[in-house]
Amino acid sequence: MRIFIQQLIFGIQLGSLYALIALGYTMVYGVLSLINFAHGDVYMVGAYIGFYACTYWLPFQRISADPHAAVMNIVLAVVVLLLSMLMCGALGVVIERFAYRPLRNGLGITDAHFWGFALSLPVAFHFHLFHKVSDGAGRFLFGIMWFLLIGVIVGYALRPVIRWISLRTVLSPSRLNALITAIGVSLLLENGGWLVFGPNPEFIGTMVPEKNFKILGGVIINSSQLAILVISLILMLILRHIVLHTRTGKAMRAISHDIEAAKMMGINTDKVISVTFAIGGALAGAGGMMVGVLTHVQITPLFGLLPGIKAFVAAVIGGPGNIPGAVLGGIIMGVAEAFVGGSSFSTYRDAIAFTILIIILLVRPAGLLGRNVAEKV
Amino acid sequence: MRILLLRVIAILVTFIGLYMLSQFVTYQMDPYYFQVLIECGVYIILAVSLNLINGITGQFSIGHAGFFAVGAYVGAAWTMIWQPMVVGRYSFLQMGTLHGDILNLLIALVLGMISAGMAGFVVGLPSLRLRGDYLAIATLGFAEVIYVLLLNINSVGGARGLNGIPTLISSGNLALFWIFLFVIISIVLSRNIMQSVRGLTWLSVREDEIAADAMGVDTTKVKVTAFVIGSALAGAAGVLYAHFLTGISPDIFSMNTSILITTMVVLGGSGSVTGSVIAATVLIVLPEMLRFLKNDRMVIYSVLLIVMMLTRPQGIFGTKEIGFPKWRRKQPKTEGRSA
Repeated sequence: MRIFIQQLIFGIQLGSLYALIALGYTMVYGVLSLINFAHGDVYMVGAYIGFYACTYWLPFQRISADPHAAVMNIVLAVVVLLLSMLMCGALGVVIERFAYRPLRNGLGITDAHFWGFALSLPVAFHFHLFHKVSDGAGRFLFGIMWFLLIGVIVGYALRPVIRWISLRTVLSPSRLNALITAIGVSLLLENGGWLVFGPNPEFIGTMVPEKNFKILGGVIINSSQLAILVISLILMLILRHIVLHTRTGKAMRAISHDIEAAKMMGINTDKVISVTFAIGGALAGAGGMMVGVLTHVQITPLFGLLPGIKAFVAAVIGGPGNIPGAVLGGIIMGVAEAFVGGSSFSTYRDAIAFTILIIILLVRPAGLLGRNVAEKV
Repeated sequence: MRILLLRVIAILVTFIGLYMLSQFVTYQMDPYYFQVLIECGVYIILAVSLNLINGITGQFSIGHAGFFAVGAYVGAAWTMIWQPMVVGRYSFLQMGTLHGDILNLLIALVLGMISAGMAGFVVGLPSLRLRGDYLAIATLGFAEVIYVLLLNINSVGGARGLNGIPTLISSGNLALFWIFLFVIISIVLSRNIMQSVRGLTWLSVREDEIAADAMGVDTTKVKVTAFVIGSALAGAAGVLYAHFLTGISPDIFSMNTSILITTMVVLGGSGSVTGSVIAATVLIVLPEMLRFLKNDRMVIYSVLLIVMMLTRPQGIFGTKEIGFPKWRRKQPKTEGRSA
């Protein structure tokens, strides 16, 4: 029984992380009917931002050296969390603006600049323009200046090309296209991460004090598990407030109901979709940061792939586009994985997610909390 | 009668030509280029077979590597595990001679295709209930379950993979012959399906499933048939690839492979067999050509993929075809394909 509850707590902790990622998936699916494959990689970027903030950017103190540093470190960790959320939210907006919006509205002339920067990134790496922060602030800034310069030049050079192309592009509303674009963005983030962050696995040491609490009957709950649960809960409550009680949230719900009608009612759909991506990215960034800082997993450029897919499965189980469903699906997924991982079938723990998925899709094709919409002819 | 004769001649010419080509090419070609060529062939079979499901019937399957894996492992299981069990009783199954090799390969192909086809049937059934993205996720989940199962079944090597598969198709330099025979079979099959009345029902399911249903098309049967044929061809590709590589591991059949095959179909233009063939070739050759870029190549590759999707959403070919001559009598002009 003790082990059962122990695994249950671990499962809920894992599940709340899945739920955070799944929320981003489900919101994007709700407004755009798009499987945002790149979302798992945003989570990866969140973990890397946590890593860099903890090891280079912010003055964290060693806890063992100075017991008074603990409080300071906790404050800094909250700053890292906010930073990670902010940057991942921005990344989400950038992805939407430059990969998914042209898919909906066609390429615009300003898209040239994004592609300029994207293309000059490998060039900058090829000629070793980037330097680590540890090489000295001057060289670091100089490298970034070079990159920006090349990016701007390439962007202006691309303007006529983009113009030429955009006049000849026929928009197609195919779902497969959107999916392949999302996969392309995901590949770009993974391989770009490979270049930017390096292929070596990184590891964040203990930054905030950790303590084991014993609760009823010898069950141990770790302070970082508790922190993950509490922070996820707070974020979910904030999200609930945003979606249910603000104008933007109302607009989001309207778009997920019917995007054309929402447009006609004067809702700036592009802006609301951007906000959706920002919120989703911020949640994924928070999840990635908490995984890196609190559970000390190894961070590699590919580590967002599997949690991303599982979180997506969680979103589908709950019913895509359904926010409470995503949380429920995430918890189910986490608990199932914790129990399978703790049993003698532990090597099957990656398969359980998909087995649950297939069963639930067959029994309730619209997900656990999703509504079955009758198709009108 | 004349048509029959023409067909027999065409088939004979194909066989002999492929045989001559494989004899010639295997001796002349650099092994690296030969490997790339074979890989192109295998992925052309996979892309064309997925095109049957995704492009022609309009379903949304992104788990094709699962069927590929089923074929490869069942084929390899025949030559490595089951054949040694029965060879004592049926001595004509002995490998080593040319006809013995061909016989064993044919048995492996049949077993691989049947089991992959059965897997396709099982996956095709949910397509009665699931549409669009949901079906995509279910197929992806199926492929992932197969992948995890392969990692965990010890009798087929688990994560180490299955090594030392007898190289049935390389003896007598027949690798190219067998693989491109199946390339031709899958292309001709797709063409024949698209140009037949039965194929029109498949296309009608793609264009509008409800309307097709209302017009009396048995959409259930169409969808399941498409899944079975497509996955059986993928299974054949798996058998041939396993016997070419002589060593397979689950990693060959991971999600990345599924995504690569889907990308080929979409990039070429879903619904276009020509497009699938060209896109499969491009997507196999391009990463090899970009090797001089070293670490940057996958970044360039992904950027090219996104740019391609944004600038030409309908794929390279759209639904157009090139080089599909209508040898038979002229068909009526009102062919249901939307251009």
